[in-house]
Amino acid sequence: MKNKSKSVAFAGICVALALILAYIEVLLPPLFSAVPGIKMGLPNIIIVFLLYRRGPVFAGIVSLLRILLVSMLFGNVMALLYSLAGGILSLAVMVILKKLNALSPVGVSVAGGVTHNVGQIMMAVLLLDTVQIGYYLVVLAITGTIAGIVIGLCGVLLVKRIPQKLI
Amino acid sequence: MKKEIPKKHRNDIILIACVLLVAAVGFVYLNFFRSEGNTVTVTVDGTEYGVYSLSENRTEDIYTGGDNQHHNRLVIKDGKAYMETASCPDGICVAHKPVFRDGESIICLPNRVVVTVDLADETETPDIIM
Repeated sequence: MKNKSKSVAFAGICVALALILAYIEVLLPPLFSAVPGIKMGLPNIIIVFLLYRRGPVFAGIVSLLRILLVSMLFGNVMALLYSLAGGILSLAVMVILKKLNALSPVGVSVAGGVTHNVGQIMMAVLLLDTVQIGYYLVVLAITGTIAGIVIGLCGVLLVKRIPQKLI
Repeated sequence: MKKEIPKKHRNDIILIACVLLVAAVGFVYLNFFRSEGNTVTVTVDGTEYGVYSLSENRTEDIYTGGDNQHHNRLVIKDGKAYMETASCPDGICVAHKPVFRDGESIICLPNRVVVTVDLADETETPDIIM
């Protein structure tokens, strides 16, 4: 896709799709009731797909817009800060790992899922001025891995199935 | 059909195994290798709110935020502390299992309340080691 306005329109569609996925996630019952607040991160399917199809800049722009809009619609300022920390860190790690070319997209997505949680916890440590919350990382590392695998598999499927000429 | 596992997939599996191993070690450490604490410290927005002993049963109402509009009720019973009710929307702190081990905590993010179990040494060790 060379056309700039076409690119902008496509970014808009991706953000919209990410918002719909975020909304579906809000509607779904909690996955893991013992530790509330754990989410699959369905919108990240779009981010993983874009990272492999359109590169880090495009994925980054869509990810930032998605985080801003989702936090405004379903969260608050605190949620925005947590999401930003998680989103930026996980995208940075995924971009670096993709460049290193040692992992498949699923592995990259797993690293993204886990570092997303690490970023959120780091923000919580900063905001709450307590390292105790770091203990949550034990649970979040496991759920982040599972989420990363599922998201990664979905991303791979999309990259394979959606024809190159379409997007 | 290729029988051989591609190198990238092997690396994926190594990554996943490492993450899970770290989590497992953390889990075992947090659940089996920590001694029980004897006090709970309540922190609101980073500043200390109060310290209570775990050995006596009590109920503490914690009011926070402007005009004290946020409320958390901390209950200490049988040497364990838990959040009985809270005004926060997610209820994560109320769902949290009772805490009693040194370093365990209940965190209410919306109300910015942190309850941490500590092991206060009253006798032998000095407070500051230079």
